[in-house]
Amino acid sequence: MARALFNVPKRVRRGELFEVKVLIQHPMESGQRRDDRGAIVPRDIIHSLSCTYNGDLVLRASLFPAISANPFLSFHVLAEKSGTIEFAWQDDQGGSHSESLPITVE
Amino acid sequence: MRVWGTVLATALLASAPAASVEKRSGYADLGPQTRAMQDDDGANPAFLWVGRGEALWRERPPRADGAGPAAQSCQGCHGEAPVAMRGVAARQPAWDAAAGRVMNLEQRIDRCREQRQEARPLPPEGDDRLALSAYVGLQSRGLPLATSGAGPAAATASLGERLFGTRFGQFDLSCAQCHDGAAGQRLAGSLVPQGHANGYPIYRLEWQAMGSFARRLRNCMTGVRAEPFPAGSEEAVALELHLALRAAGLRVETPAVRP
Repeated sequence: MARALFNVPKRVRRGELFEVKVLIQHPMESGQRRDDRGAIVPRDIIHSLSCTYNGDLVLRASLFPAISANPFLSFHVLAEKSGTIEFAWQDDQGGSHSESLPITVE
Repeated sequence: MRVWGTVLATALLASAPAASVEKRSGYADLGPQTRAMQDDDGANPAFLWVGRGEALWRERPPRADGAGPAAQSCQGCHGEAPVAMRGVAARQPAWDAAAGRVMNLEQRIDRCREQRQEARPLPPEGDDRLALSAYVGLQSRGLPLATSGAGPAAATASLGERLFGTRFGQFDLSCAQCHDGAAGQRLAGSLVPQGHANGYPIYRLEWQAMGSFARRLRNCMTGVRAEPFPAGSEEAVALELHLALRAAGLRVETPAVRP
């Protein structure tokens, strides 16, 4: 199971923009490197990530092999009402991960 | 005569320790993006390891003899790490009376695991070991390094100082020649830092991972084409102690980000 850090403010004011920060532990193996025996190390990257806020899609990202290990993303979301922020991401291993965080809008 | 005077003065200048130079943490020479990574715990990838370290602190590891989990977690004896471990990493490596030698933080964690928890030591350079030492190190963040090289640790401290000034390897370079004599200058495109170990374990962008002081030392020594001191050896710990004494007063930045 991948470990990940999500930073979302616990409380925000309605109508305000807040920053969402995502840091996921992942090797992001590019598929270009060779091992000691000269064989290609198979590509293993997180290729897609999405974030929903109370069910509405607020971010969908496609990631590519040039992105470093343990990728970091940050973006802004407009606070509307309390609820949950959910993240989902998929990697080349077929792994599908998700995480949700509560947010309070005042 | 005048020529010889100049040569001698130059030689003296080149070998003079950087006593008059202000101590400068590697952080001061980071680019703005790398600084921003270290400044923000939500953007510093080392906090992925810190999270794991906190979990390790609280859980009881399996006993080495396979008879279930250990009787105590780290927390079971020490209590909450932010209180119990505050300042500990700022005093490492330190003389250990029970072992009769100077030990660094990782060795003390291992000894605790083996003797008190009767568990296996954590694999060196492994994620769990880095995680636990990063979590313990974090509790000293912001405190000035205050290691003691006096009393029983004096012999190790002087060994470390001597090694720091000893030329090694095919390049025949000592640590001091670069990190005292040429600090602030450039080696190809990279800045030669003063070499203060005030943020280990670090997240190094070049490694795309977390690494220990031992890994960094190995890097430096293979860089001058010398045979590296084995991790945890008397020489490696002596050098680590000398570096800690040399960096005294600089703030602990664990877990630091370096390029």
